[in-house]
Amino acid sequence: MFKAIVYVTLRESVIDPAGSAVKTSLHSLGHDEVGDVRIGKYIELEINLKDRQAAEERAQEMCQKLLANPAIEDYRYELQEV
Amino acid sequence: MNVAVIVFPGSNGSLEMDKAVQDCLEHKVDYVRHTETDLSNYDVILLPGGATFGDYLRPGAMASVTPIMAEVKQAAAEGKLVLGVSNGFQVLTEAGLLPGAFLQNEKPKFRTESITVKVDNNETPFTLDFVKEESIQLPIAHGFGNYYCEEETLRRLEQNQQIVFRYEGQNPNGSVAAIAGIVNEAGNVLGMMPHPERATQDWLGSVDGRRVFTSILKYWRDKNGAA
Repeated sequence: MFKAIVYVTLRESVIDPAGSAVKTSLHSLGHDEVGDVRIGKYIELEINLKDRQAAEERAQEMCQKLLANPAIEDYRYELQEV
Repeated sequence: MNVAVIVFPGSNGSLEMDKAVQDCLEHKVDYVRHTETDLSNYDVILLPGGATFGDYLRPGAMASVTPIMAEVKQAAAEGKLVLGVSNGFQVLTEAGLLPGAFLQNEKPKFRTESITVKVDNNETPFTLDFVKEESIQLPIAHGFGNYYCEEETLRRLEQNQQIVFRYEGQNPNGSVAAIAGIVNEAGNVLGMMPHPERATQDWLGSVDGRRVFTSILKYWRDKNGAA
């Protein structure tokens, strides 16, 4: 069995209003060292397959078809054997 | 003319869609659940507003992969009329029936108010009863209404006159080119962020939304020579 850890982030070209709001809050706490803030999603998936290659392909497909929207988001994932 | 309102878990505009069709067209509507697999009896398919599947992941993302959406795609390919309002518009983009995607409002706030919308294209099946460039009043209610697309897509939308509605005066969410509603290339699928079904009676503040529904009926009658 594998665990896929998927990170979905807004594409660089896309403005992130939530990230900007958090940046403002951090500045108000005195953290002026903070530059840009981006907020994304963290998704853990249990993948009940034995073969790493197959798990890789399935994770890729899930990211492309549902977990990320390529029009606005990038994704990457890590596959751990568990 | 048979009209279906698709109901997903979290849809909250179904009743308003139903009432709008009853009020404006004196026509009955069927509710069709997201798990159903047949829309062959329907001529017009309405996707209401709400927060389908809690808007987890992205607004409209999970609704876009439900069984009924395969049928909506089929109906759209056959030239049937499909109208998605608010979350319904988001579902249509996520399903790939309309280009682009939705981001959080530029100022991250849920906005619910009446706004001015300009009718950019009055030659779609949904806008026949409007005058070109006309300004109308419609309510909005959304937190993720910021329509986004690549420049190339925008150019294509503009060239093909696919931009149907634009925000006028103020752009409430930061949408590219102030886009409030677009159609697909064939013109039979419309997605719009403002709610026409909530502007159908004087006491609601505006009756401008009525003409979206009367346009649909007019188009259908012209095409089928019947009621």
